Amino acid sequence: MQQQFEVIDHYLMIRLPEEIDHRSSSEISRRADHMILDREVSDVVFDFSDTKFMDSSGIGVLAGRHRKISCFGGKVYVIHADERIRRILRMSGLTDLVEIME
Amino acid sequence: MENEIRMEMAALPENEGFARIAVAAFLTPLNPTVEEICDVKTAVSEAVTNAVIHAYDGQGGRIRISCRLEGDLLHMEIEDFGKGIEDVKQAMEPLFTTRADLERSGMGFAFMEAFMDGLEVESTPGKGTKVIMEKKLGNEPWVSCGE
Repeated sequence: MQQQFEVIDHYLMIRLPEEIDHRSSSEISRRADHMILDREVSDVVFDFSDTKFMDSSGIGVLAGRHRKISCFGGKVYVIHADERIRRILRMSGLTDLVEIME
Repeated sequence: MENEIRMEMAALPENEGFARIAVAAFLTPLNPTVEEICDVKTAVSEAVTNAVIHAYDGQGGRIRISCRLEGDLLHMEIEDFGKGIEDVKQAMEPLFTTRADLERSGMGFAFMEAFMDGLEVESTPGKGTKVIMEKKLGNEPWVSCGE
């Protein structure tokens, strides 16, 4: 499934692809940063609804976007993450940086 | 069940997905759980990505993957012939990365360790790196996946 980027009310909504690995993560980061700079984005929401696989490359995507927007007071949110992805986020210490929503 | 495969591929990002799927397909006759497949796919992805990014600095090279099944034990070796790792102990520390510029998280080896039952790294600077992993299939997984 094609990942989608949409700005709704200062929130950049990113619907992540089925597989987040080295190859797809660089493209996600590149497109997200473009929209963060170009549009008035304060917060970023990563939607894991379609995601069935993520390796440590995904950690870099989330931590990197957090670094970019947190200096302006922005926050990173994670939605629709299954238990495995939550575990990966916890293992990497990302739960201190991003807010995981139900 | 006894079985064995060996494959060699170019160290390109395009082959990371192929490596994961090929190893997962090799395991299917054992009827592994979805969770076990996810664990192995993650470990393969981490090791192959390390070779693509670190061993060959994204310039391409060869990656060799060997898998052996002995009963319900998967023995897997992922080998490159790139620049090698100076300090393996440091490289294996969680969050240690030499490529923060590429937003690498430094969690690759930590994930391999967490998702597999055994991990060994042999590396010679200038010669290459071999990652040896084992996993016993048919264990209770630690979390569900893909739900």
